Amino acid sequence: MKKPTILQIIVHIAGWLPLAQIIYDYASRQLSANPIQAIEQRTGIHALTFLLFSLACTPLSSILGWKELTQRRKALGNYGFMYAVLHLSTFVGLDYGFNLSLILRDVGTKWYIIIGLAAFLMLLPLAITSFKYWMKRLGKNWKRLHRLVYIIAPLVVIHFLLSVKGDLASLQGNIRQPLLYGSIALLFLALRIPVFKNGLISLRVRVLNR
Amino acid sequence: MTSTKYSSSSIKSSEITPKQVYLSRRDFIKAAGVIAGSIALSACAPKAMPTTQALPTPQDPSISKKTDELGDTVNSFDDITNYNNYYEFTTNKGGVAPLAAQFKTSPWDVEVYGLAAKPKKFTLDELIKLFQPEERIYRLRCVEAWSMVIPWVGFPLASLLKAVEPTSEAKYVRFETVTRPDEMPGQKDRSYPWPYQEGLRIDEAMNDLTLMATGMYGGELPAQNGGGMRLVVPWKYGFKSIKAVIKIELVAAQPATMWNTINSNEYGFYSNVNPEVDHPRWSQSSERRIGEVQRRDTLMFNGYAEQVAHLYDGLDLKVDY
Repeated sequence: MKKPTILQIIVHIAGWLPLAQIIYDYASRQLSANPIQAIEQRTGIHALTFLLFSLACTPLSSILGWKELTQRRKALGNYGFMYAVLHLSTFVGLDYGFNLSLILRDVGTKWYIIIGLAAFLMLLPLAITSFKYWMKRLGKNWKRLHRLVYIIAPLVVIHFLLSVKGDLASLQGNIRQPLLYGSIALLFLALRIPVFKNGLISLRVRVLNR
Repeated sequence: MTSTKYSSSSIKSSEITPKQVYLSRRDFIKAAGVIAGSIALSACAPKAMPTTQALPTPQDPSISKKTDELGDTVNSFDDITNYNNYYEFTTNKGGVAPLAAQFKTSPWDVEVYGLAAKPKKFTLDELIKLFQPEERIYRLRCVEAWSMVIPWVGFPLASLLKAVEPTSEAKYVRFETVTRPDEMPGQKDRSYPWPYQEGLRIDEAMNDLTLMATGMYGGELPAQNGGGMRLVVPWKYGFKSIKAVIKIELVAAQPATMWNTINSNEYGFYSNVNPEVDHPRWSQSSERRIGEVQRRDTLMFNGYAEQVAHLYDGLDLKVDY
């Protein structure tokens, strides 16, 4: 077995720490008077955070010349998926108590649920095919399939925006946090555009060769 | 994240014994006669009237077993004082109580003015002497689909309005929260059109359910729950029940309100609790009572239809939401 790198250890600690924190806060009654909503909100935020981390790996590895980042992408994405599973099961099981008629009544009409569910359904095949076996088997199509994350990340941000009290058009209300996550997603997507990426790579080369 | 400072084990009795009560026990005993009379009267009221009771002694342990008129138990003092939607402090519900600990609720003045024959600025102490607050156990339904049962102490807004003699032109009442950005850090956030404002139609304001709360759980009103004084309109979504009120103005036209200004499609002027009219982005048909696991169905007018449905005769509640 290969010795794990420091970055690898950090990624795995970071992956489990938020879950441990939720369990600890629940046990010590620090999840507010509305713990179900707190778990729902925290797992949602963690899912989006890890998705954005995994989205950051590819552009940052070429811009910073830090090859190892691409090897950590899979774990980060899968932690994102893990929190998405926890988020969805909290919604279905804890929040709605598996009351399917209540859920179905809302699913068809509420955009935040439709969009969140769509993002989850797209994330599912990515998690399943994240292993080497599928990477080899799918070949070129693996990369194509995993480009779905370019759609998933913005969908999750929209899902977030739609669930807070506020208004994007007038930039009023409780929209600062979803907007921050949205800008970070946009940044990591923009860094994939060759003009920006190559510009930053040549900047790094020039700085290092000085 | 949530402060445990207020947990019942660590709270000193002197901290919960309300000042306004222990400083005025003698006034209190005098008032008891009047309140006893009002209990006798309340026996004649229709069955579904919300519970009206004499002020309990502070820290009365029996209060935690009290129920509203539907038989639902009141929420714990701990939950009510540590889970607060109060954006003037922070949007984090658990973070309001620690920030509000610095907020001065005394002295507190309220100016009642506008289209009235006898406008007047009252101190909170004056109001308490004049209108003898009583306990009212009300359900509070937040627009975010959670709810609590809260034992307020207060007096009907109608008593206060009658005292200033509204003129016949007064068709609405406008309320305004105090502006103190140094004590209320959330007011420095420019994403909100401060100060918080709310409004009621005059007949809504005059309804006996409409309360000016000066206390809670038999004590004074904690800062995080809207102290010095707040409005409580139990058949409307919680945001209509404006906190830390310093101005009450009688006006002729429908006033601008905070959330309606932010997004009028989502937060109507009336904002009556209505399980059949969803928030455009989420359902209002069910809610979570704080402290419970299962969702429960939301009631029309939050269960107060008998007392208030007549106010909206002839109004299409899908249009005037």
